[in-house]
Amino acid sequence: MRGAAGMGLGLRLLRRAPTGYRGTRLQSTQQAEAVLDKAKVSSTAPPKAAATQEESKSFAVGMFLGRLNTEQVFPYPQALSEEQEQTLQDLVGPMSKFFEEVNDPFKNDALERVEEATMQGLKELGAFGLQVPPELGGLGLSNTQYARLVQIVGQHDLGVGITLGAHQSIGFKGLLLYGTPAQRSKYLPRLASGETVAAFCLTEPGSGSDAASIRTRAELSPCGSFYTLDGTKIWISNGGLAELFTVFAQTRLPDAATGESRDRITAFIVERSFGGVTHGAPEHKMGIRASNTAEVHFEGVRVPVGNVLGAPGGGFKVAMNVLNNGRFGMAAAMAGTMRGVIAKAVEHASNRTQFGAKIHTFGAIQEKLARMALLQYVTESMAYMISANMDQGATDFQIEAAISKIFGSEAAWTVTDECIQVMGGMGFMKEAGVERVLRDLRIFRIFEGTNDILRLFVALNGFQSLGVQLRGVQKALKNPLGNIGLLAGEVTQRIRRKAGMGSGLSLQEHVHPELKESAQKTLQCLELFAATADALLLKYGKKIVDEQFVLKRVADCAIDIYAMVVVLSRASRSLSMGLPTAQHERLLCDTWCQEAHHRVTVSLRPLPSESFRNLRSISQAVVEGGGRGDPHPPRLLTPPYGTFHDGLGWRWNPLSHQWTWTLPSMDMDPSINGS
Amino acid sequence: MAPLKVLVGVKRVIDFAVKVRVAPGGHVVQEQGVKHSLNPFCEIALEEAVRMRERGEAAEVIAATVGSRQSQDALRTALALGADRAVLVELPGAGPEQGAGPGAGPGQGAGPPLVAAALAKLVEREKPQLVLLGKQAIDDDCNQTGQILAAILDWSQGTFLSRLELDPGSSSVRIQREVDGGLEQLRLQLPTVLTADLRLNQPRYATLPNIMKAKKKPLEVQPLEQLLGGPVPPPRLRVLRLEEPPVRQGAQRVESVPALLERLAALGRI
Repeated sequence: MRGAAGMGLGLRLLRRAPTGYRGTRLQSTQQAEAVLDKAKVSSTAPPKAAATQEESKSFAVGMFLGRLNTEQVFPYPQALSEEQEQTLQDLVGPMSKFFEEVNDPFKNDALERVEEATMQGLKELGAFGLQVPPELGGLGLSNTQYARLVQIVGQHDLGVGITLGAHQSIGFKGLLLYGTPAQRSKYLPRLASGETVAAFCLTEPGSGSDAASIRTRAELSPCGSFYTLDGTKIWISNGGLAELFTVFAQTRLPDAATGESRDRITAFIVERSFGGVTHGAPEHKMGIRASNTAEVHFEGVRVPVGNVLGAPGGGFKVAMNVLNNGRFGMAAAMAGTMRGVIAKAVEHASNRTQFGAKIHTFGAIQEKLARMALLQYVTESMAYMISANMDQGATDFQIEAAISKIFGSEAAWTVTDECIQVMGGMGFMKEAGVERVLRDLRIFRIFEGTNDILRLFVALNGFQSLGVQLRGVQKALKNPLGNIGLLAGEVTQRIRRKAGMGSGLSLQEHVHPELKESAQKTLQCLELFAATADALLLKYGKKIVDEQFVLKRVADCAIDIYAMVVVLSRASRSLSMGLPTAQHERLLCDTWCQEAHHRVTVSLRPLPSESFRNLRSISQAVVEGGGRGDPHPPRLLTPPYGTFHDGLGWRWNPLSHQWTWTLPSMDMDPSINGS
Repeated sequence: MAPLKVLVGVKRVIDFAVKVRVAPGGHVVQEQGVKHSLNPFCEIALEEAVRMRERGEAAEVIAATVGSRQSQDALRTALALGADRAVLVELPGAGPEQGAGPGAGPGQGAGPPLVAAALAKLVEREKPQLVLLGKQAIDDDCNQTGQILAAILDWSQGTFLSRLELDPGSSSVRIQREVDGGLEQLRLQLPTVLTADLRLNQPRYATLPNIMKAKKKPLEVQPLEQLLGGPVPPPRLRVLRLEEPPVRQGAQRVESVPALLERLAALGRI
């Protein structure tokens, strides 16, 4: 675990202002801090915060340390009891039936809201309280059961998915995780029935990825009985529908150490009926149009102190844990979405005849369908592995959850894009229902932590663990005799790795014999990855925080390797159980591992630092040119006719065959480009 | 008169959306790994009973089926849709995935006479004033169980209902049935056997909380022999062979009318 001891180093590392290009300095600091704060949160969140780093059971953490933490990944976790499995089977049918027969995604999209009857139907169906305990009026589903139902929603209508997700995956998840018994029994029953809709209010005009920088403020009354809340939140899903808001605001609190007051974020449960809560008009969006998105304003809202969620000043932790706990649900939804669009692509490919053959017989289409199936398989395997880890009480799944969100949202985008490509012109038409899915999907790479920030989160969390480990080694070196065991292990491992001897790690006992080669490839990647991480930390030291080009590659490889392990695990299970799909899964697993192995080795050996420098320079030039990195393209060509100016002040003189430049403002004649 | 006790007969059938295939051997249809659901007409019958209870006209709604262990699914659905309790009359020796319909093959199916006989015994035991059934099951389309049951019980019967109203006093019902060429209005004395047609009502969706609650409702399993108080009579029907509809042959193009006539003559059609 990223223990308390580990934080210091990592935190100080990240707090330094980067020395990069001036234009990006501010932003990258903020991002780093956002990531940092998340790291801090995850380090204090689990109840076993005192656990030492060595005890982390996360596979992803182990990856950075060159360890093989198999506990959470092998065998593929099964979190459902027979009864829970049966319950789930009973629920799947009616849920699917509702989405097939009642919900109309076309209509919801066109109306830019969920149809009233559907909304009512969803509430009656119980879809608003899937994880609320039964004694409080919900279904009390486990994360795995929830994932399965969300997969159905994702398959049919992501706009509805967001309406439901904004309500229970983030809107009132804080109550489930941190609510006091009084808060829970007061609010959860009407939230579970959908009588009250909830929303999660974090983002502000000046605070997006950098969530710690919010300005909404809550002032404690002199009598100490209520807070007065003021501020504006933007892009709030369900903002126009919700009656109950989980709101994050700055509060002035005395620092325990120094006694001085300072700003800390606190989470509040705010009822619309408190007064002073208003919302803006629904936003018009690219996708998930069925879901309501609006600004929410809080003006002098009086919130009783009893409505503080979690500890005063502990709001950032609440926010990050709510998001961490919800990410697997996105992966599950994406797995469903992919299932749906793959079915459409397959239907088209098996019925469409061109050049005298069904198009699924052509290699160009086969490759697409195969890759689509691969991406779906990986995403689904990740979603259920993480949900099962969570159900089994794992607390150390933040990196994995982030990976599943990144992977799932990008996989779904690719798969849907390729579905449209397979369907050709048909796919481009509205009535095929795929263009809507593509629009709906776009936001998944942006919200609840952009994939870019989450990549930094993955990489920096890993480096932080590694940093702590290295520091442990350094400490041990000061007293080598007392730490012989530790040192022997660490040093041997590092020397072996450096010598290219392999670390002596093995997956054999966890993986089905038929997948031996894929396991071998995975292990190679893991060793290369750990060695690279070691080398990077040695090379950059604390400055690794500023190396976003590097961090992105590291995260990409971490994602690939986690994906390899996940499919190895799932396919092994299917082979051992002799499932009818086992051989197909073996094929999926082997193909994935082979290609991921290639990607990882190419991108890590070595990291292309020259290309990073070039990319940085190009970006700088583009920014300095005000968005026009290529300063004057038209002058390289002779315009076809007449006088011509390029809008920047350059003017082509056809007589002299020359470009001349004058100040644009003094010489803008709109008629020159000739109508 | 006190609110009624209503017995609703239900059947588990292959889902209407499934493309049914004949299993190897040609005596049964492929049931393994195929989605099953509650017969839609049974769903309508059940919905009507549940509405009667919600209006206070019925005191208790009992769902019953005659079939294999798998038929518990149908009963759980019925409980989720509002039945108060359920009875599975279990067929002897029915394998885990064998159907209960008369089309199911030699020695496996119950068939309308047997189902009706079993339901009649249940009626003796439960003493309902009203038995509601679907007009037919979508697997074998027999459309017989309700009629046979009414004959065994010697009760009045109303089939193909599109409307059902309980008279004040609860001793008779007014019904509207869909018959060839129109609608027929009847008044029937209770007790009676009624079968539901498509337009009787629009069944509700099972909600997830109700599905969870249904797990706690009583579901009794009663072996058929025990209910009948004797050995199960052998089936009266034997399925000789099941065949899928022939695959449509592609059309042929001919150049001219004479060529068409020639072709038809060659096929022996003219």
